[in-house]
Amino acid sequence: MIPLAWYLIFSAALFCIGLFGALARKNAVAILMGVELMLNAVNVNLIAFWHYYAQVRSAPYVHGLAFTTMVFVVAAAEVAVGLALVISAYRRRQTPVVDELTLLKG
Amino acid sequence: MAVETLIVLIPLLPLLAFFAIVLFAHRNNALSHWLALIAAGVAWMLSMIVFRRAVQTEELSRFPFAAAIEWLPTGSAALKIGVQIDPLSAVTLFFVAWTVLMIFIYSIGYHNFGQPKGEHDRPGLPPHGAEIRDGHGHVHRVPSIEPMYARFFALISLFAFAMFLLVITDNLLTLYIGWEIMGLCSYLLIGFWYAKESARNAMIKAFLTTRVGDVFMLLGLAALYSLTGTLNYQVILNNPSVLNGLASAASPLAGVSWAGLIGILLIIGTIGKSAQFPLHIWLPDAMEGPTPVSAMIHAATMVSAGVYLVIRFFPLLSAGWDGHHLTLPMLVMGAVGAFTALFAATIALAQNDIKRVLAYSTISQLGYMIAALGVGAYVAAAFHLVTHAFFKALLFLGSGSVIHGMEHGVFHTGENIDPQNMLYMGGLRKKMPLTFWTFLAGGLALSGFPLITAGFWSKDEILSGAYASGQTAIFWMLAAAALLTAFYTMRQITLTFLGQPRSHSAEHAHESRPVMTIPLVILAFFAITAGWVGIPEYFPAVGGLLPNWFEEFVGSMLVSHGEMAHFSLLPLGVSVVVALGGLWMGWLTYRGVVRPVDPLEKPLGGIYTLLRNKYYVDEFYQWAFIRPARWLAETLTDRWLDRTIIDGALHSIAGFGVWLGKSLRRWIDLPVINGAGDLTAAGTRNLGAFLRSLQSGRVQIYATVGLGLAAMVAILIYFLWVIG
Repeated sequence: MIPLAWYLIFSAALFCIGLFGALARKNAVAILMGVELMLNAVNVNLIAFWHYYAQVRSAPYVHGLAFTTMVFVVAAAEVAVGLALVISAYRRRQTPVVDELTLLKG
Repeated sequence: MAVETLIVLIPLLPLLAFFAIVLFAHRNNALSHWLALIAAGVAWMLSMIVFRRAVQTEELSRFPFAAAIEWLPTGSAALKIGVQIDPLSAVTLFFVAWTVLMIFIYSIGYHNFGQPKGEHDRPGLPPHGAEIRDGHGHVHRVPSIEPMYARFFALISLFAFAMFLLVITDNLLTLYIGWEIMGLCSYLLIGFWYAKESARNAMIKAFLTTRVGDVFMLLGLAALYSLTGTLNYQVILNNPSVLNGLASAASPLAGVSWAGLIGILLIIGTIGKSAQFPLHIWLPDAMEGPTPVSAMIHAATMVSAGVYLVIRFFPLLSAGWDGHHLTLPMLVMGAVGAFTALFAATIALAQNDIKRVLAYSTISQLGYMIAALGVGAYVAAAFHLVTHAFFKALLFLGSGSVIHGMEHGVFHTGENIDPQNMLYMGGLRKKMPLTFWTFLAGGLALSGFPLITAGFWSKDEILSGAYASGQTAIFWMLAAAALLTAFYTMRQITLTFLGQPRSHSAEHAHESRPVMTIPLVILAFFAITAGWVGIPEYFPAVGGLLPNWFEEFVGSMLVSHGEMAHFSLLPLGVSVVVALGGLWMGWLTYRGVVRPVDPLEKPLGGIYTLLRNKYYVDEFYQWAFIRPARWLAETLTDRWLDRTIIDGALHSIAGFGVWLGKSLRRWIDLPVINGAGDLTAAGTRNLGAFLRSLQSGRVQIYATVGLGLAAMVAILIYFLWVIG
């Protein structure tokens, strides 16, 4: 059986990749993709803990699955809204690059 | 209606007329004079009713018509205000009501009601006359209506109100109120033509001069109130215990009783109001007002009020008089009155202005009344007050009529002469017959023409009173004044009416309108007959034909009758001789004047100049009082005290304040308070600028910063809680 730590290391790596993508990429779509990666890293974490917990307690809990499903739904909605925003911004400014969208500069 | 109600209404109506004209009717000349006239007419009617009832009432002096209400609460007691009609106020009311009504009617004509407006007339100046074109295309210059017609009627209504108030009141305080309102009215009316500088000066002079007397009178009033606790006539004057108490109580002035001191203070009030020496100077200048005002001041109201006061307070002034030794106030009155009578009569000799002669004769006649009181001839003083009011009102109105006629001549001929100067008149008896005959009646009454005129009876009574009292000096002074009076009266009549005209204007003078001459006729009637009610019984031939009603009626005012019935031929003879002699000499001197020069000017020389300039009293006052007062005001008070000391002190205080303010600003305000404020503002601004640079608008940088912060918090939590 694969130890829990491996899952966590994998999840952390995935989260770091997503975080780097969200912070470093210029393209708004890529940023969104980074966010998705981070969310999914969380999902992996949730599933791993659930699985581990269920084995330890040997009880058929479904909390982790429900949480994960909720995260998927929210992520899907977020992508829908996020992509719509990106497209709307692109139509107005002819650019997907977030560094050029500095309307709130003080 | 109760008689007291009628009495209250008498002064009220002219007051209402005053307010009605001032507030509502002043744009309408006819309405204004009707309001004034109706008020005066109803007041006259009420006065006659009251007078009639007063005459019919037995023992009126002991039980006068009186009513009073509480007015001002003063501590435990209350000051009462009320009306009272006793014999003295009844006869005063009689002549005041008559003369006021006549003057009101006359004023309509005098101010040219019904004439066109003058092209150059403006308020504050006498009307200059207007040009009208008749049916044939000829241009005539005619008198024009007074520009401030309504204002005049408002003011004389107020004047009449004040006099009625003074007559009907029952206490000295209300009398004083009426007295002061009259002072104000005389001020306003003497300066009625206020655009003339002489009128302005005259009004101020009249006001200030009478004020000198009024201050002393107020002191007397206050002393009387503080000693007796009341100002009511009945309580003070009909009360021998009060009078004796005042006469025996010593005042702060050594050797003078309180009655004497209060008496002298009241007399000084009269000296101011009735224009006695040395406060007589305002009266001749009061001629600057329109002629009806002169009549008002000289006959009906103002100067009569002064004499009325001393007659009213005679019981107090004579308190302690035993019939032989005069009290101090009586001595003062006798001396001042007799001197003034003679003094003013001499000045009148050399005056050429028709109204000024009358002004000095008023001063002189008032001196008679004061002197009569001084020798104890109480009834004679009151009698002369009444007769004088009638014939002096008549003379003034008559002189106004003459001036009017002369002004008409001046308008007609365009001559540049003073229409009031008698030297340019002459021969007016044919042009103005009604004015001439009435003026003659008044003039004869003034000079005391024997038997038929009113002035003879009253003047004769004063002379015999003076003789009977044993004051020979006063008697001879009064006799000399009577001689001079007859002389200057005849001079006036001769110069004005007799002989030939001495100017073209006099040739073209013409009689005044009936609205002016009818009052003259009515007053002339009284100037003749008013004396017949007071013919003494002891008088040869005519005595006793008519009852001596006046003596009985007014004489009942005195608690103890003086015995005045010593008949002596000497005063009677003197009285007749001086009157006839004066008239005859006057006629003799002035009948042949053909050029406008006084025939006495050369023979009298320096004396004439002295008289002409009124003994230089005005100049003396100018030198003795006015110049020092100006010096005091301009140099001492203004330049030294005010500008140097007080202004200096104020300026140094102000300078210190400015210095203090500047220092505070420099050392406290600017560095500390402004500094702190500026520092706060600058700090906020700098902080904002710094924070602004953080707000780059780049969302990934925010996220990175957020990440860093989160990491720091995580590290912090780790070190603090997890390890620690």
